[in-house]
Amino acid sequence: MASRLVGFVAPHPAPDAVAPEQPNAPAARLRRVSRSFGQRRVLDRLELEIGAGEFVAMLGRSGSGKSTLLRAIAGLDDEVEGELEVSGTVAVAFQDARLVPWKRALENVRLGLRRPDAAAVARAALEEVGLSDHLDAWPLTLSGGEAQRVSLARALVREPALMLLDEPFGALDALTRIAMHDLVLGLWQRHRPAVLFVTHDVDEALSLADRAVVLSAGRIRHQARIDLHRPRERENPELVELRLRLLQELDIDTKGATT
Amino acid sequence: MSLSNTRTIPLPGRISRTESSASPRAERRGGRWYRLLSPLVVLLVWQLASTAGVISAQKLPPPTQVWHTAVQLITTNSAAYGTLQHAMLISLERIAIGFALGATAALGLAIVAGLSRFGENAVDPLMQMIRTLPLFGLIPVFIVWFGIGELPKVLLIALAAAIPLYLNTFSGIRGVDGRLGELGRTLGLSRGEMLRHIILPGALPETLVGLRQSLGLAWLSLVVAEQLNANAGLGYIINQATQFLQNDVIFVALLVYTLLGLLTDWLVRVLERRALAWRRGLLAS
Repeated sequence: MASRLVGFVAPHPAPDAVAPEQPNAPAARLRRVSRSFGQRRVLDRLELEIGAGEFVAMLGRSGSGKSTLLRAIAGLDDEVEGELEVSGTVAVAFQDARLVPWKRALENVRLGLRRPDAAAVARAALEEVGLSDHLDAWPLTLSGGEAQRVSLARALVREPALMLLDEPFGALDALTRIAMHDLVLGLWQRHRPAVLFVTHDVDEALSLADRAVVLSAGRIRHQARIDLHRPRERENPELVELRLRLLQELDIDTKGATT
Repeated sequence: MSLSNTRTIPLPGRISRTESSASPRAERRGGRWYRLLSPLVVLLVWQLASTAGVISAQKLPPPTQVWHTAVQLITTNSAAYGTLQHAMLISLERIAIGFALGATAALGLAIVAGLSRFGENAVDPLMQMIRTLPLFGLIPVFIVWFGIGELPKVLLIALAAAIPLYLNTFSGIRGVDGRLGELGRTLGLSRGEMLRHIILPGALPETLVGLRQSLGLAWLSLVVAEQLNANAGLGYIINQATQFLQNDVIFVALLVYTLLGLLTDWLVRVLERRALAWRRGLLAS
């Protein structure tokens, strides 16, 4: 991702560095991805492509397979079938922030980071999410919003090609959520990873994403592009229309699920 | 004085964080002194009963005599007992070696059993069987196997120390939040890093509970092991004193056991306070 000038001939081109650097390669490509738990088919030949640097919001009711899909992309599910290509590093921010309670904020961020300047990078990331005063804080002393910031910083320092955000603000109060939306957009605009943002909040999806996809019964049922400048006005007629449509798609899902 | 003064002034809604966290600590410190009160009362009653002639000095020597004997045992190198500090060092050495052996084995086995089903099936049934063995029933077997030197004593201590440490560490490892394991995978942690950063620290609270139990049992088994054909150490002093009918010497040795036991307990507490500092935020809030 970094545009760095190299000499005329690189004597030993690193082979694994080539693939993720291609500008137009998608960050993730899923083909016929399925996952069953016993008789229940949670993902059913799902197709999805996420472009490099694209911000995709995934909507779905609970039980629609959102978490299963996310775990599959994160590489946490060994029993998923189908083709799943991810170019570059994948980083995850979980709904529960999931900080290691016995590591201070800074140590949480640099956990597993293998580079000589890990501490400096981690510190810079925490500063970027506005936590420069909490580098040495124990996770149990942080508020919900602060914990999520640490979690975002921890995902960010891995310089991911794809960031998976699993309802990261679901447990936060409304005011904190708004602040976190601005933070996420800022981070995304500065670092440009592709983002898959799982949520069940249509407004959240509409205010953040380039594209909203609706997951239901293990497949992408509906997709909508949102080509609007940010920050977006809630009352924008285009958004109002999109909101209605997405809610409809989610609603049809409820009727379908009862049969 | 000034501290207690500021605490009695009511500050509605303006109690700062430092104040509220400092006061329970001050109380805890005061509480520690109160804890000495009941042992002191017992000592006093004991002394008074002895001087009044209610308790015979032959059966239970008064505290003053125990003190006097202790001073004598420390200052003179007698043929029968050697010096008290030498005996103490010998006993400490036994428990240190035995405990180190037992703890190393216990931690290693707990990691093997905790990390895989295969390891659990291989190790845990055996440990559960050993756990139910009456430990001191093994002494005759140990004597047959290892003779009457240092080895059977040290091994008995090792075995006693290993079992609670194994059981607690194993259950601690199994109790580590699986979601943190998942997190470790997404962060690309290696097996060693997972162990070092997630699994062992996660098991630590239970390991420390096991450590306390295991130290207690180690002391207990030291006392028992030393009563058997030792030729040095605190247990040897007790044996000798029994033969010479010197109850006051026995009491001195017993007192040293309890003091050393308290000392190790205090060490574990210090360790706990440092290693589990991350939990204090939870308790304070």
